[in-house]
Amino acid sequence: MGPTISRRDFARLSAFGGAVFASGLWRGAEAATPAEEFYFVQLSDLHWGFEGPPNPEAKTTLRRAIAAVNAMASPPDFVVFTGDLTHTTDDDAERRRRMAEVKAIIADLNVKDVKFLAGEHDASLDWGAAFKEYFGATHYTFDHKGVHFIALDNVSDPGGKIGQEQLDWLAADLARQPKAKPVVVLTHRPLFDLYPQWDWATRDGAAAIEILLTHPKVTVFYGHIHQENHFMTGPIAHHSAKSLIFALPAPGSTPKRTPVAWDPAEPFRGLGYRSIEADPKTAAYELTEVGIKA
Amino acid sequence: MKPAIIAAALLCLLGVAASAAIPPERHVAIKATRFFYSPARIVLKTGQPVVLELTALDRLHGFDIPELHIRADILPGQVTEVRLTPAKAGTYEFHCDNFCGSGHETMAAKIVVED
Repeated sequence: MGPTISRRDFARLSAFGGAVFASGLWRGAEAATPAEEFYFVQLSDLHWGFEGPPNPEAKTTLRRAIAAVNAMASPPDFVVFTGDLTHTTDDDAERRRRMAEVKAIIADLNVKDVKFLAGEHDASLDWGAAFKEYFGATHYTFDHKGVHFIALDNVSDPGGKIGQEQLDWLAADLARQPKAKPVVVLTHRPLFDLYPQWDWATRDGAAAIEILLTHPKVTVFYGHIHQENHFMTGPIAHHSAKSLIFALPAPGSTPKRTPVAWDPAEPFRGLGYRSIEADPKTAAYELTEVGIKA
Repeated sequence: MKPAIIAAALLCLLGVAASAAIPPERHVAIKATRFFYSPARIVLKTGQPVVLELTALDRLHGFDIPELHIRADILPGQVTEVRLTPAKAGTYEFHCDNFCGSGHETMAAKIVVED
């Protein structure tokens, strides 16, 4: 692994010409609650248990990412995994074995708090039963330094739905939040129709967005599509994360959703994670994309 | 038939030339099993009303043609009917949108509509 580096030393790469992507379009009055800047790290789509040519280093990629996060000069306040911790299997026992393994590897993270979301590979074959055993609830909220976080489950239903019960829960939770308080939604699938032909959507995501639009300071971080993508639905910014197993092509850019081939000349190309610096006073988020080092 | 499917089918019907006499429905059976549809290529004619008779052989699958805003759940043990009348020639891909296992992402097929 490389030497210890500070967070600000990371190579800053994004979809917009190599600059850090800053999200936060609503800059209203300061939050009522005293808030300080902080940062967290998003890792996504590990697919533990996957084996195949798209990633001959499948067993080391996650460990490399964890080592890099541990090498940061100041640790993030927390790390969030936005789904597909495991690669799907029809064997319930094997699914649990993979979850136990990946949980043990993630335990090597030197951070105070780790949050988990499920992906369809983790949860869609058993309505999240195994995931809940190993990682806890599939939808929940928490508050951190003036920001309200909402973890939404759009994968336990095999149809890629949030479901009315959870939508009602979302609406009730959001109604309790002060308008000045920034809200961050963490989820797996895109809530908007990014590319339904490849199942890159949430079937009732429009209903969720309609609810989220009742709050002026919402930002969404998600996974699923194995690449960076930034999209606005009205004032809401949606940011997808890279994967830690293989990259997928840009939406609709190829006939099939085939993984991007592993390039021996440039191993780990397209794989990575991101750090997110949050300013609760302005609801601004500075995204720093970090590649996996060979 | 679910309201969404009826609505989708009606949307397709709107595209049919009003002056043409509507021919009788053609029935096409499609079987869904992990992780493919059979047949994988279905050829239809514009203006020809069709009833797709969808059957799942193993577990819950989905039938989704995003381009036409048509979708249905395919439940095991019953035939799910989807009515449509193709209005425009072209190739329309459909895929399973109910996660069904390790090959789910590749479970897709196509409808080819000819004039």
